[in-house]
Amino acid sequence: MNLQGRIGPPYSRVQEITVHTDTRDILAHARRNAIRRGLQDMFVVDIDAHHVETVSWKEIVTYIEDPVVRDNAIRFQNERLAAPPYGLNGDLGLRYQSVGGRIPHQDGQRETVEETGVHRDVMLTRRAMDSLGVDNMVVFPTPMLFLGMHPQPEMEVWLGNAYNRWLIDRVLADDDRIKSLIYLPFNTPREAERTVKELSGKKGVIGFCVTSTRNKPVHHNDYMRLYSMIEETNKPLAFHAGYHWQDASLATVNRFLGMHALGFVWCNMVHMTNWILNGIPERFPRLKTVWVESGLAWVPFLMQRLDDQFLMRPSEAPQLKRMPSEYMNTNCFYTTQPMETTHPKALENTLEMIKAETQLLFASDWPHFDFDLPQEICDLPFLSEQAKRNILGLNAARIFNLDPTPVKKLATT
Amino acid sequence: MAEYFAGNVTDYADGDRKVVDCGEHEIGVFRIGDEFFAWHNRCAHRAGPVCQGRIMKRVIEPVADDRTTRTLEYDAIETNIVCPWHGYEFSIRTGRHQGSGRFRLRKADITIRGGEIYVRS
Repeated sequence: MNLQGRIGPPYSRVQEITVHTDTRDILAHARRNAIRRGLQDMFVVDIDAHHVETVSWKEIVTYIEDPVVRDNAIRFQNERLAAPPYGLNGDLGLRYQSVGGRIPHQDGQRETVEETGVHRDVMLTRRAMDSLGVDNMVVFPTPMLFLGMHPQPEMEVWLGNAYNRWLIDRVLADDDRIKSLIYLPFNTPREAERTVKELSGKKGVIGFCVTSTRNKPVHHNDYMRLYSMIEETNKPLAFHAGYHWQDASLATVNRFLGMHALGFVWCNMVHMTNWILNGIPERFPRLKTVWVESGLAWVPFLMQRLDDQFLMRPSEAPQLKRMPSEYMNTNCFYTTQPMETTHPKALENTLEMIKAETQLLFASDWPHFDFDLPQEICDLPFLSEQAKRNILGLNAARIFNLDPTPVKKLATT
Repeated sequence: MAEYFAGNVTDYADGDRKVVDCGEHEIGVFRIGDEFFAWHNRCAHRAGPVCQGRIMKRVIEPVADDRTTRTLEYDAIETNIVCPWHGYEFSIRTGRHQGSGRFRLRKADITIRGGEIYVRS
């Protein structure tokens, strides 16, 4: 036995990553690689990360505006045995993202948080930012992504706005680095307008979000006043994708892999098609849209498809003064995640068609199973240094009016 | 190339894994039956902590003679290490990704002397 043998083997402190492992340990490699790539000195914005808002549902329902619904919700959460989140629709147990527990952080972040001065979600978000190498992180809800399919439109209003106000009070107020694209109860346009009017000026609110799993046509005349109001705020409107097992067009898909691969793209392909062909970018030329969590490969497909069809049928889209693809790579912005990287030539072509240098925004989707890392942008061989910096944060700084000074604590945490 | 002590053979039961800090590197040592395997704790996908993931039998889907399927099953022989970041699954014996030979773990040198296990990064 040599010297090492006498003092014992240098086993790592973390032998297996579980749902109880600290975010900083799960992402230790990410932090190390971020330091190696010099991310400390680059401004990095993560436009799409998540928290699990239903963990805080008991708090959130106290923010429901309707006093009767609020009381009902509070009693439900306090008294009902094994209560699910009051009023929330969704897919209950059809949530297979962790591949049967193979990806633990997707199932739960049960790590210890000893700090009590701020909400637990603030601490988890800080840990993620300082591990991934992110300066500003936009947090989205998770189960609420289904809320656009709620059979009661008024419940989308009550729950969406309760979440917004809770988030502003309990999360955004306590950390300047955490941002939100506030939830719009889009199935009730007047209420969505009220949300814009009342919350657009709140701390940390840098834009607005429509969850894309819904069957409302984005080009309906009912939304024109809402779009005018958003355009006036000069803050972007995001369409955050999702899947839905009850989507009739995907009814034959039996594997989550297939549902996730198609569902997260299909909803935004449909909305984008309607958005462009109905001339919304012509009607609202200053309205910036951000297309979130559909990956990128769908964009060149849809550009080619719509361009070809448009040239044969211009009378069906008479508002268009340019090709559909030209609206898609000037008026529209895209988040990177989940960036399809297995076919590098296709990815290079995709980024070129998107005009990534000005239109692409980094997103991690942490803590979900297909999260991306900033280092993936750094490692793309076909991008210029300036393009990488733009995608990682400077494009976001421009369209969301953020201070592009790096403030993260990569080197010291 | 420095050598690091990774414990005694008797410290590892069948199916055990120990991740060892080796300077700037980490190496995962695995025991399958009476064999030992050592891989760098760096996933071939995004450099994630692959050796700190779950150890699971490979999943297979048997196809009957009439080409129908009924259940998924666990392979009796092949054991995978699953990267906890994104779920990439690699054979602990070969380091090869279950679905594609394009993705392989980086092998680490492993030596057993007098019942003691040593790895080199």
